[in-house]
Amino acid sequence: MINTQIAIIGGGPAGLRAALAAAQTGAKVLLLDNSDHLGGQLIKQTHMFFGSQQQFAGSRGIDIATRLATELRQFENVQIMLETTVLGIYEDGVLLAEQDDKVRKIKAERIIVAIGASERMLAFPNNDLPGVYGAGAAQTLMNVHGVRPGHRVLMVGAGNIGLIVTYQMLQAGVQVVGIVEAAPTIGGYLVHAAKVRRAGVPIYTSHTVKEAYGDGAVEGAIIWQLDEKWAPIPGTEQDLAIDVICLAVGLSPLSDLLWQAGCQMTYVPQLGGSVAVRNSLLCTTNQQIYIAGDVAGVEEASSAMVEGQVAGLGAALSLGLGGEQAHAMLADARGQLAALRSGPVGEKIRAGLSLVEKGVTADA
Amino acid sequence: MRITEHPILRYQKGPKVKFIYDGQEVEGYEGEPIAAALHAAGIKTLSHSHIENRPRGFFCAIGTCSSCLMTVDGVPNVRICVEKLKAGMCVETQQGKGVLR
Ligand SMILES: Cc1cc2nc3c(=O)[nH]c(=O)nc-3n(C[C@H](O)[C@H](O)[C@H](O)COP(=O)(O)OP(=O)(O)OC[C@H]3O[C@@H](n4cnc5c(N)ncnc54)[C@H](O)[C@@H]3O)c2cc1C
Repeated sequence: MINTQIAIIGGGPAGLRAALAAAQTGAKVLLLDNSDHLGGQLIKQTHMFFGSQQQFAGSRGIDIATRLATELRQFENVQIMLETTVLGIYEDGVLLAEQDDKVRKIKAERIIVAIGASERMLAFPNNDLPGVYGAGAAQTLMNVHGVRPGHRVLMVGAGNIGLIVTYQMLQAGVQVVGIVEAAPTIGGYLVHAAKVRRAGVPIYTSHTVKEAYGDGAVEGAIIWQLDEKWAPIPGTEQDLAIDVICLAVGLSPLSDLLWQAGCQMTYVPQLGGSVAVRNSLLCTTNQQIYIAGDVAGVEEASSAMVEGQVAGLGAALSLGLGGEQAHAMLADARGQLAALRSGPVGEKIRAGLSLVEKGVTADA
Repeated sequence: MRITEHPILRYQKGPKVKFIYDGQEVEGYEGEPIAAALHAAGIKTLSHSHIENRPRGFFCAIGTCSSCLMTVDGVPNVRICVEKLKAGMCVETQQGKGVLR
């Protein structure tokens, strides 16, 4: 049995910042991640981030990951376990994890779940053919492993992920024949859209995939137009010769560990799926378990980092650690979150959060 | 399929090694996921659905979707998108749900 005060599951931007915040209060911290690196999704983000200076705007995601991980490694009260998959969280606060084909038990006083989200699938005939990939997966293949996903790609989804991965494909020398987007407008930032358009990639709004075809692997796709009620318009079909279909149709929080731990869960479309009910310090209905990042609601790395700080400080304070300084840092972090979610861009998130944020603690 | 030039990234690869895929010799870099090596070699079908026997390929790259389960050195149901390549590995297309030996 490994004993710790605060165990953090997931070493993406949320988990890294949670670990840093908790470590600064002097807590004994254990950070677990199932991959062989720290940084989560950040390690494949080669583009410059938006946001404010406090969330490293202007830096590339990969560089942010390196900076946070280097900073964390300075702390003697932090232990990092990589290639360790958390399998379950039990009533007595014991985590079961697998490392090197062995099961390890971890006893923690507080647990912060920061495991991120998974990519969504889209229903169309032959969507199971080899050659239909998640956009994040294609990005991992290219940016982390240096392998092209294919020769000619159809991107599905014109949100930020679809636009950014399209641009990164062009950088990797892969041809993108077009981006289809079911909505009548582009969901992502217009700067990203302008970049791919300038590179000659058409964006078909109000369009979707009718079907994929191919013998053993994707050889083409038929797309068609949607009317204002999102119903396909027969006769508008276009046949595209491609060998990859990339799905960038959103992410869903990875909720399995939280369901299993018995946290109260709610389905909130604005946050991407099933998420845990939490208070303003990101503590779930299980007083031992906190959440942060995409698992708490699909958003961005910037807000994931600040949520990590809130959860890390909240967990430390609940153990009587951190004192005045932690309270001040917490107030600052909460202010940053409010700023990130202000204005029209934050409307959807605010609506989603109003459905799951229950119980305001004394610190709020 | 390997990216040899990139405007931002430099790839750090392990030594080039040989391994066996369904009886055929394939090259890859030690330490990369087996799936990356197979993809670079143009191999797209990794598994088959149990009932309809439809081909399945790479999909999530993070070990969660089960689309890439193969038998590696005799062990079935290995998630090859997160399993690191070693020299001389024997990677086989799995029949059915796999048998533990
Ligand atoms: C293509 C793309 C472009 C993006 N661009 C931007 C951008 O420009 N700006 C921005 O702010 N955001 C951007 N994002 C979003 C951002 O990457 C995510 O919001 C952010 O990474 C979420 O952080 P997280 O820590 O919650 O999760 P993740 O980064 O997903 O980290 C979760 C970690 O948990 C680990 N894990 C999962 N399950 C377990 C388990 N059971 N046991 C142990 N470990 C586990 C995972 O391996 C992973 O390392 C982009 C995302 C994508 C896909």
